[in-house]
This record gives sequence, structure tokens and C-alpha cells, in this order.
Amino acid sequence: MPPQGRRGSLRAAAMPAPQLQVRTLADGAAELTLSGEWTLGALAPRIGTLVRALNEHPKPASSIWDCRQIATIDSTGAMLLWRAWGRTLPPLLSASAEQLRIFERIAAADRQRAFVSPPSSPFEWLMNIGDGALRMIRQVLDFTDLLGRLLLDSAYLLRHPGEIPRREIFANIYKSGVRAMPVTALVGFLIGIVMSYLSARQLRNFGADVYIVNILGLGIIRELGPVLVAVLVAGRSGSAMTAQLGVMRVTEETDALAAMGVSRSLRLVLPKVVALALTMPLLVLWTTAIALVGGMVSAQLQLDISYGYFFDLLPKVVPVANLWIGLVKGCVFGIVVALVACHFGLRVRPNTESLSANTTSSVVIAITAVILVDAIFAIATRQIGMPF
Amino acid sequence: MKIVSIRDLSTRLGEVLVHRGVNLELERGDVMALVGGSGSGKTALLNQIVGLRAPDQGEIRVFGQPLHGGGRAREAGLRRRFGVLFQHGALFSAFNVFDNIAFPLRELRVLDAGLVHDLVMLKLAMVELLPRHARLMPAELSGGMVKRVALARALALEPELLLLDEPTAGLDPDRSDSFVRLIRMLGEELDLTVLFVSHDLDTVAALATRVAVLAEQRILAVGSMAEVTQYDHPFIRNFFFSERGRRALPTPT
Repeated sequence: MPPQGRRGSLRAAAMPAPQLQVRTLADGAAELTLSGEWTLGALAPRIGTLVRALNEHPKPASSIWDCRQIATIDSTGAMLLWRAWGRTLPPLLSASAEQLRIFERIAAADRQRAFVSPPSSPFEWLMNIGDGALRMIRQVLDFTDLLGRLLLDSAYLLRHPGEIPRREIFANIYKSGVRAMPVTALVGFLIGIVMSYLSARQLRNFGADVYIVNILGLGIIRELGPVLVAVLVAGRSGSAMTAQLGVMRVTEETDALAAMGVSRSLRLVLPKVVALALTMPLLVLWTTAIALVGGMVSAQLQLDISYGYFFDLLPKVVPVANLWIGLVKGCVFGIVVALVACHFGLRVRPNTESLSANTTSSVVIAITAVILVDAIFAIATRQIGMPF
Repeated sequence: MKIVSIRDLSTRLGEVLVHRGVNLELERGDVMALVGGSGSGKTALLNQIVGLRAPDQGEIRVFGQPLHGGGRAREAGLRRRFGVLFQHGALFSAFNVFDNIAFPLRELRVLDAGLVHDLVMLKLAMVELLPRHARLMPAELSGGMVKRVALARALALEPELLLLDEPTAGLDPDRSDSFVRLIRMLGEELDLTVLFVSHDLDTVAALATRVAVLAEQRILAVGSMAEVTQYDHPFIRNFFFSERGRRALPTPT
């Protein structure tokens, strides 16, 4: 008798490969003798050939199957045979009681299988459209809900100024404002150089070198500075806010806050919105200044416009209203970015997929919203601050 | 051959020396409980056996081989021979139950989809879940079901050794009992060697054939429940002979 234990002590030392021997008997029936290790580890390297060999016997029911030589069999090996047999025990089978128990277990699992997947409806496309529309409406409602809460919170804080979450606001100002200064400065400086360089080449063709100051001043202060900072902050702080709120949702921290009677919109969302509303104009100012310096350097190198002349001319050709427009835009963009980030952060469901999807949406929607708001600003302020 | 052998293991977590000269051996067929107080380094020891952390000092051999070194294929091959059940299940939250259990099987890259499907359904039935549970996402499962799915995933590659970190933590007594019964049944049926960490005396008493006590940075005692309880040490008195302990022990001494 071959060893019958499921795990012979030899297993690790030498794993005899699973084998299938076929002998055709006098009456034309086939006798299949299985031997070796029919375990996942031993089967994996040669499973393709074994499955093919097993499937070469179209009549498993009329063949003789001898499993007694199998040293070890686990559910993978048993499942392989079970599938070759057409999900039933062949009538001519010799196997040990232990092996039969494994097959019985598989048969029991098979009996449970009543796996009905619901039929797909012919109107699935319509359902998808409706589903999408409903989801969009829900998004808008949720966003409105968040806005309303923040308004109520603000009203409450006006009456109870002692409860203003100062620490959180300051922490957020530091995280999303101070820590953002290097990267916005670098990007601003480079953009200033590029804009100045490209404009200078065109202007020189027309002999209109001096107008570089008008173009840079107006373009950067009124338009590019605020939008640039908003895009950077959406990518940098907005995504961080969404991820933070999202993880707090996953770990039930937001629920813990609510259970302690702390309003999560007041403690988590409001500080972020306030912090960005305060820091964004400052970041805009900072980035705009550095971008102008970059433009100035490039103008001096390319067009020989001295720094002093640039400084002198700038306030004369760019009305100061443009600076105010830029700062107000910065403030509004900051509020938009923070609101969108928090909205998506609070929508995260407790799984990794949802976290990544919401973080992506947060950044994309925030940038899109910023551009939209910018367009509205452009139309609303078209009479203000134009030099001519 | 010893399934797991730990020799002179010392572990330092930051500033704290957690283990100093730990020796432990696990024989084939053992169901060993590793008990110890909170912060005694049970989970740290388990993580090193699993290979998540290389031992600082000393040696750990699983199936007679060290876990680290010798190339990726050797390490992966060795790791496939044991299954791990993490304390909180550690199911992949982006996959549904089916894909979670299928994941290690698909990673082998040799099994066809039909066979993987049948094997997953078999594992699901083995942990007493229904086929319709296969489509649920981990977030939709109760605590007991998470443990069962995680157990099915740990068993997917037909391991010889099963490592469990707090298998019954967070389950109510009823669920905990039935989970222990399931582990014991599967352990016998699949001829598994089991090492589990627990500080629930009921679980230890119901499951373990041998108990190892980890305290004072080393293994204080190893043996059957009766042998270990003979050992006179404040931790053992506290752990096994508290009011709660007396209730769980089968024969009060």
C-alpha cells in the first residue's frame, strides 16, 4: 500500500510530480492510474499538460480511475479531477476514504451553488443615464447641504466667538499657505520668464518693446497669478484635504466627532475654508510679485528694459484696481477649492477605490470650478481696471 | 522537521527591547497558542515569522528554511506554503469577496478562470459562507464574515501552516465560538499546523493543543494547558487563574 496520509513526511524533501498513466484494457475501456502529489504546489508547474491529458478521455464515466497511488491530494487536485469527471464521481473509482471525504466536500459546495446573476435589462443604457442624472442631483444637493451648514456654523460663531476653531484655522494656514510658498514662487518665477520671453520676441517685431510692461502687468496681476495659484493649491492642498477627510471617514473619526457632539462641518470644514480664503490672496500677492520679477529679469536680458524703468512704468500702465481684482479672485478661488475638496472628502466611502476616485474628482472639479468662476469674473469686471 | 523554529531571537522596536533570546519550536500538527500580556510582542513575533520584518538578531526558520534571501522566487514559494489571518482581516477593500479569495490563486498565473472560480466557491463553502456572499464588498460584511473571508483567503493556496493574529478579537462570544469551531474543524480536515496569537482564554482553551507563554521578553513556558498552568509566575497566575480564567479552564486545579 502506498502511504495514505494526506501529508507524507517526505513532502518537503522530495515532491513526486503528479502523474497520470493510461492503460487500455482488453475490452476497450481505459484504466487511469493517478500517482504522485496532487497538490497545488506540485500541480502548478505542469497544470496545462495534466488538464489536457485529463480532457483527452471523453468518457470519464466508463473509464476506471485509480486514485490509491496518490501520495497527497488537496482541494485543488481534487477540483481538477472533479472538473474532468463532469462534476460527479465516476462509477468505477477506487479511492481512499480520506480522498472520498475531499470529493464529498466539493460535492457539498456544488450543491449550494444557486448562483443566479440577475438578467441584464434591455433598457440598461436608459437606467445608466438616469442613474448618472440622479447621482449628479445628489451631488448638487449634498454640496448645497454643506454650504448651508457652513452658513449656519458661521452665524453660530458670530454669536459665540469663543468657539471659533482657532487652532485648526492656524494649522491650516500654515499647512496650505506657508508650506505652499516655495513651490508657488518657483512656478511663478518660471512662468514670468517664459511669458516675458515669448512676448518680447513678438513685440520687438513691431518696435513696441515698452508694452512688455503692460502685457506682463495686466496678464499676471489680473489673470495668471490668481489662476496659477488656484491650480497649484487645488493640486497640493485640495487633494490633501480630500484625502484627510476621506481617511477620517474610513477610520470613523468623523463619526467619533459627531458622537461627542462636535459639529464636523464646524471643526473640519470651516477651518479649511477660512484658512484658504485668508491665505490664497496672500499667496496670489506673493506669486504675482515673483512672476513679475521673473518677467523683469527676462525683459532686461532680452529688451534692455532696466529694472528701474519697469518699476516706474508698472503703476502707470496697470491701474491698481487690477491688483484688487486679483486678490478678490484669490479669496474666492480659495473658498471654491476648499469647499470642493471637503465636499468630496466627506463623500468617501470606506474603501481604497472610493478614496482615490474622490481625490481625483476633488482636484479635477476644483480646477474646473476655478476656471468657470474666473470666466464669470472676467465678464463681471470687464469695465473695471482696463487702462484704455 | 520543525515547521517553525525560532532560535535566540531578539527584537528591538525603537527604543524598547521586546524579545531577548526567544526560543520556540512548532511541530507538524501542533495547534499552538501564543499568549502574553498587551505589548509583550506577540504580534511582533508573528510578523517576524511571517517575514514582514527580518529578525534583528537570532534566526527564524519556517519549514526548515530562512524566510529572507535566496531570490524572489524562493521567498515567494516559501511564503505560499503558509496562510496568514490578520487581526482585522486585511481584505482588499477595492475587491469583492470573490476577488479577494481569488487573488492569491490568480497570482500563480497558471490556473484558468473556471478552475479559480470553482476553487473560490469551494473555499467559500468551507468557511460556511453562501455563494451569494461572493459579490459583497468588504465594507458590507459583518465582523464575523470578514474573518471568515480572510480565513478563506488564507486557505486559498492550500497552506500547511496557518498563522492567526487574534482570530476571535472583536467577535461576540457566540460568533467567536463558532469561528473557533470552524478553525478547529478545518485544521483537522486539512491537516494544518496552526500558530495563533490570542489573549482570549476561552479561545486558547478551546483551540490550542500547546500553549506558549510570552512574558518578560522571552518564552516563559511551553506545553499543554495543564503543564503551563503548573508553572509559577505572576503573569501565568494572573492570566489563567483570574476569575475569568477559572471559568474557561476545563479542570480547575
